[in-house]
Amino acid sequence: MRHLLSTSDLTRDEALLILDTAAELGRVTDRAVKKLPTLRGRTVVNLFFEDSTRTRISFEAAAKRLSADVITFSAKGSSVSKGESLKDTALTLEAMGADAVVVRHHASGAPYRLAHSGWVGCSVVNAGDGTHEHPTQALLDAFTLREHLRELEGRRVVIVGDVLHSRVARSNVALLSTLGAQVTLVAPPTLLPVGVDTWPCAVSYDLDAALEGADAVMMLRVQNERMNAAYFPSTHEYSRRYGLDTRRAALLADGAIVLHPGPMNRGMEISADVADGPRSVIVEQVTNGVSVRMAVLYLVLGARAEDSAGEASAAEAVSA
Amino acid sequence: MTSSSAAEPTGPPGSRGLGARVLDAPDISRVVGRISHEILERTRGSADVVLLGIQTRGVPLARRIAARMAEIEGASVPVGSLDITMYRDDIRLRGPRPLEPTELPDEGLDDRIVVLVDDVLYSGRTVRAALDAISDIGRPRTVQLAVLVDRGHRELPIRADYVGKNIPTSSAQSIRVHLVETDGLDEVLLTGGAS
Repeated sequence: MRHLLSTSDLTRDEALLILDTAAELGRVTDRAVKKLPTLRGRTVVNLFFEDSTRTRISFEAAAKRLSADVITFSAKGSSVSKGESLKDTALTLEAMGADAVVVRHHASGAPYRLAHSGWVGCSVVNAGDGTHEHPTQALLDAFTLREHLRELEGRRVVIVGDVLHSRVARSNVALLSTLGAQVTLVAPPTLLPVGVDTWPCAVSYDLDAALEGADAVMMLRVQNERMNAAYFPSTHEYSRRYGLDTRRAALLADGAIVLHPGPMNRGMEISADVADGPRSVIVEQVTNGVSVRMAVLYLVLGARAEDSAGEASAAEAVSA
Repeated sequence: MTSSSAAEPTGPPGSRGLGARVLDAPDISRVVGRISHEILERTRGSADVVLLGIQTRGVPLARRIAARMAEIEGASVPVGSLDITMYRDDIRLRGPRPLEPTELPDEGLDDRIVVLVDDVLYSGRTVRAALDAISDIGRPRTVQLAVLVDRGHRELPIRADYVGKNIPTSSAQSIRVHLVETDGLDEVLLTGGAS
């Protein structure tokens, strides 16, 4: 695994390796010294062309816990606002000796372009591109689900809301189905993308029916900034038909959990008492995000070493 | 893994080819017994001792030593496991590996006599990594090292306090330790280039 661009690139074994590694790395947080020396001397560049708080901070914390040097680059206040292209920005980073680039971009496919164009030789981790994918978010969701439900095989997960604009939903459908969960998408017809029938999941317009006996529900943020067209008549109607309130949360199976990738619109897609209620794992998701991103950085940067070492690593491991 | 040793006739130590058995199951049992006695003697009873097995084969060895010490002295000895993957100096060369659990006894390591347990002592780099890991976890009073096999060729100034068996080797050879808990049988094999 040299890059992490999409969860659909991950095999079941690779996904489980990331999640198991994250589980071990998460325990560093409980120690007196919350730092591991593993990536000492490596440079991780956070390249954020789009606003983000938790993802950027989470990647930064993850890289620092592994002792990597972190350079954060936001489009605002940089040469990008003067019109520098992705290519020139990439060449600059390459010249500075970055070992891994964590990229968030408003254009779908930008991380793929960065990884395969030959502009940079470093590893690329997708931190959200347009309306395409957000693989580390899906991994931390799967991690959180696994902590509470143990095995994902056969579990029913309902994803509700703006699927059309949601890279989180795309990444989750691919990853959760790889891990054996049954995913149901619930959204107004206007907020479902064309071709959703080819995705490995079920689609429903009836939230109450879908929630009945489900093991987890993931509420997506209504992305007001992408709503330049009217996708539903009124926010009130949306929240009545597709919002999660106490009554609906009671339909879930015993021990079921409520997830939200954040930031939440309280009172819109999720009511405050559910967001703060006992089934909510929204704060845990943030903690787990750091563990998962540590695992991804470790595996991606380690894999680079494996490539360059070539046959040297083929020599059988001798107990030292 | 070449565990063809069962089919292979076990030649004398140092014989060419695959799998010269240098320790068999009763040998390993005796060695574990002797190390247990030595630890008890050196630490004057097992008060404050924590055994910390290095993943993977150090962990069952640490458990066996703890069980023996409990038999001899009657007091139970806390056992933990330590995964040193994230502290290795060869991640750049060998790539990432899956992590094994690091489990510490409830007592922690602070002000304890920590005895690190591993199967083979070779370059000393694993032990170096383990010492770094320990210093991030706590502050033991003393750290000692127990190994089943010391095969020489140290690359760092590290030595073991308790050695099961010294086995002189060439660096072209390799030592395989098999334990019931991980491999289904107890034996130590010396394999490869005897010339």
